[in-house]
Amino acid sequence: MKKLCILILLGLSFNATAQTPEEKGLEIANEADRRDTGFHDSTASMRMLLRNRQGEESTRDIRVRTLEVENDGDKSLTIFDSPADVKGTAFLSFTHKSGPDDQWLYLPALKRVKRISSRNKSGPFMGSEFAYEDLSSQEVEKYTYKYLRDESYDGADCYVIERDPVDKYSGYTRQVVWVDKAEYRPLKIVYYDRKNSLLKTLIFTDYRQFLDRYWRSHDMFMENHQTGKSTRLTWSNYIFKTGLTERDFDRNSLKRVR
Amino acid sequence: MCAIVFAFLAASGARHLEFSNDYRIFFSKENPQLLAFEHLQNVYTKSDNVLFAISPANGDVFTPDTLEAIRWLTEASWQIPYSIRVDSVTNFQHTYAEADDLVVEDLVPDPSSLDADELEKIRGIATTEPLLVNRLIAPDSRTTGVNVTVQLPGVNPEKEVPEVVAFSRNLATRLLEQYPELEVHLTGVVLLNNAFSEMALSDMKTLVPIMFAVIVLVLLLLLRSLAATFATLLVIILSIITAMGLAGWLGIHITPPMASAPTMIMTLAVANSVHFLVTFLQKVRGGESQRDAMLESLRINLQPIMITSLTTAIGFMSMNFSDAPPFRDLGNVVAIGVVASFLYSMALLPALMLLLPVRHRSGPGRSAPIMDALANLVVERRKSVLLFMAVLVTGLISFVPRNELNDEFVKYFDERVPFRVDTDYVTDHLTGLYSISYSLGAGEPGGISEPAYLRKLDEFANWYREQPEVKHVSTLSDTMKRLNKNLHGDDPAWYRLPDQRELAAQYLLLYEMSLPYGLDLNNQINIDKSATKLDVSLGSLSSNQTIALEARAQQWLEANAPASMQAHGASPAVMFSHIGKRNIHSMLVGTTVALVLISFVLIFALRSVRIGLISIIPNLVPAGMAFGLWGLLVGQVGLALSIVTGMTLGIVVDDTVHFLSKYLRARREEGLSSPDAVRYAFHTVGTALWTTSAVLMAGFLVLVYSPFELNSGMGLLTAITIGFALLADFLLLPTLLMALDKGESDEKTVHTDPSGSVV
Repeated sequence: MKKLCILILLGLSFNATAQTPEEKGLEIANEADRRDTGFHDSTASMRMLLRNRQGEESTRDIRVRTLEVENDGDKSLTIFDSPADVKGTAFLSFTHKSGPDDQWLYLPALKRVKRISSRNKSGPFMGSEFAYEDLSSQEVEKYTYKYLRDESYDGADCYVIERDPVDKYSGYTRQVVWVDKAEYRPLKIVYYDRKNSLLKTLIFTDYRQFLDRYWRSHDMFMENHQTGKSTRLTWSNYIFKTGLTERDFDRNSLKRVR
Repeated sequence: MCAIVFAFLAASGARHLEFSNDYRIFFSKENPQLLAFEHLQNVYTKSDNVLFAISPANGDVFTPDTLEAIRWLTEASWQIPYSIRVDSVTNFQHTYAEADDLVVEDLVPDPSSLDADELEKIRGIATTEPLLVNRLIAPDSRTTGVNVTVQLPGVNPEKEVPEVVAFSRNLATRLLEQYPELEVHLTGVVLLNNAFSEMALSDMKTLVPIMFAVIVLVLLLLLRSLAATFATLLVIILSIITAMGLAGWLGIHITPPMASAPTMIMTLAVANSVHFLVTFLQKVRGGESQRDAMLESLRINLQPIMITSLTTAIGFMSMNFSDAPPFRDLGNVVAIGVVASFLYSMALLPALMLLLPVRHRSGPGRSAPIMDALANLVVERRKSVLLFMAVLVTGLISFVPRNELNDEFVKYFDERVPFRVDTDYVTDHLTGLYSISYSLGAGEPGGISEPAYLRKLDEFANWYREQPEVKHVSTLSDTMKRLNKNLHGDDPAWYRLPDQRELAAQYLLLYEMSLPYGLDLNNQINIDKSATKLDVSLGSLSSNQTIALEARAQQWLEANAPASMQAHGASPAVMFSHIGKRNIHSMLVGTTVALVLISFVLIFALRSVRIGLISIIPNLVPAGMAFGLWGLLVGQVGLALSIVTGMTLGIVVDDTVHFLSKYLRARREEGLSSPDAVRYAFHTVGTALWTTSAVLMAGFLVLVYSPFELNSGMGLLTAITIGFALLADFLLLPTLLMALDKGESDEKTVHTDPSGSVV
């Protein structure tokens, strides 16, 4: 009886000082964001391996250049190297903390830069199981958060948080993210579609640290539970602080990219 | 007691019985058309769908109100369980040029704000867009569709399909509450699947009670004993629950064909019981004690009933050769039921008849003057009768080739079924549920952007569009033309295929990156972009028309397309088009095996090779005659009818067995001549034969009331076959015997005594 009283008292005192789940969720997201700021710019190569239910596979190779923007979303430039038909195609995007992102695509065969209607960011990226919204810069403001629980995942102590997209054109009602307590890295994200059914799971592995600070997953595996298709992203050649500037991320730069 | 315990043990398996609702169950795992279709679905996206067809009362879809209703339904349909894609005129991804940009957006984002000019503009776009017209919008703007693609996980199909259907029907109701001036029809593959299980359930609910009523009536008339009727009903009920319970233990699913199993078991169980009871009651009413009567009845009937049960079971088990698993299940379950009914009628029925009171009503034993007259006719006019039968048989059989194979799955359901009504409406007013899909290869990764490939794809699509059977063709080449136009400032002169591979590939990349959630091209393009899917929607076509159309398409591809594009069409319609033929081929083997086995049983049981061989003729001709009559009157056979020959073989043999066993008894025990033995057989079993045949025909005719055409057709043709079997046993078998069985007893006096006093 005495023990029980203490337990209740402990519980009450914990509740009195505890944040709401929303506050705690946001705090975790902010901390993750804080830990990932200040890298200025980075470049990396990525290979996509697509696989369908039949077991057929296909690959695409792209390079990504990212520029950190203060007080707004990052800018990124994606250059397509393969398949050969789209070699030289370049995709420029400005993510914003609020409002739709700006996106342009340069088509070398047409020698033109085309703006993409940015509402539609939920469609598949290059036929893969990743939507543009899964790959773009994950700004804190793009979601509302809720801390769910602590849980061990793959040997790591994690916070499990739910985040709901703010944008009404998002393809998801919610995402559940496992963030490791030690480094605030996402280890797993489960996506729920517009009718709140399990849609996809993304698993991040092979994390490597750069500049003694920034962690990047080199293996991202997305599985679509509804269609049985999957996509694996294998990253390589991460380089930070390469000296990229705003000028490397404007519409005119698209035609020059190699 | 033991029997009852066993029955209840078996029956407890019934809780494992589940209603199957997937049209694919009609196809064996190794069916080549099914494999082709599953491959297609694994490479692209599954195409199970729910299609809402909406027709406004004012006859024009393009009003703010109706478009708002469509927008609402489109939005709401994303909430349908397992939905992965929703297509309609409002969320159609309209593309156009704006300055130097490509705009990709919903064709009707906000219907309420539209003025007359904008509505006309939208109408113009929708009714000329090849992807929409005759698929999601009728050319006359009277009907439009909202198509929901559903990806069923298949983990718990018994729940998934009804869940989707219930949600969709509820959406339709909610739509009508808001917009009462609309008419909504629901069809699609999911509705088809659901109709199968609803059909099975309604068959079990309606046919089984009808059958019970028929049987009680027949039994009362035939036996004129409440006790005997009660005892027979008990045997029947135990047989059914044993068979259905064991089916549950075996993991068999209830399909519409399986739903007719209880009716069939009832029918066959009655036949077994009647033979025993008729003799028993005759003896009791003749003054014997119940115990003596029972022993005598068992002595006389045990062997023939055992043989007929065995042959009937063999006949039904021949359905295991069927290519369609539901019919294998039906055959096995009925065979179990027949064996069970044999055991119960031999073990339980006698025990019951000892316990139950039977009135010793003294009266004249039923004589059979009609049978005797018939016997005399057959004996005296044997040559004419034989000639008549020969002419009738050959005449009817000559009409067999008039039967045309047809399996149209929509027409499996008659006009009482809402699915059929709705699907017919949609076919008349919007688009067809039948389709053919092709995965056309380009020979290499990324090859679908090759101008030569796109041109060929376009030619093939255009060829298909010229075919009169075709309602709609969906192809990537149309999207390519549209993008080329959009990227050249919407200049109509550029509505043509891009002439460079890179250009086409980059258009596609741009377009794909502009598409919203759920409306991507993954359902049309494979992952390494080495093939695209071309979908053809068809009107209401027969199997032969579907096969012929696909054959013409194959000819076109062979003559015009490169090797990589040679592909066979796949779809449920193609699968069902071939199933009749495949099934007939497999059932030919099954029927032959059953025939050989049954002939061995007969030869062994009758202890005469010659008589056994003679018996094959009246066992085989009834099916031939029935199919001939069917060819004359109906002319269309399909999946269900292809199993009738094997199935009825076991039943029609019964009459032959009873007739021959009496005939041989007369020949061997009484030493009668062939004609007199015929008279004896007629006198002793004639009545029993026509009454059991009448019971059997009534039982199978009950199936005709099924709104499921596979069951009603099967019931009708089986009843006809049983009728012809009786005719063959009364007119053909005796005349054949008298012509061919000129054995050892011929020297005996040939009686022509009309009284038939040999009893």
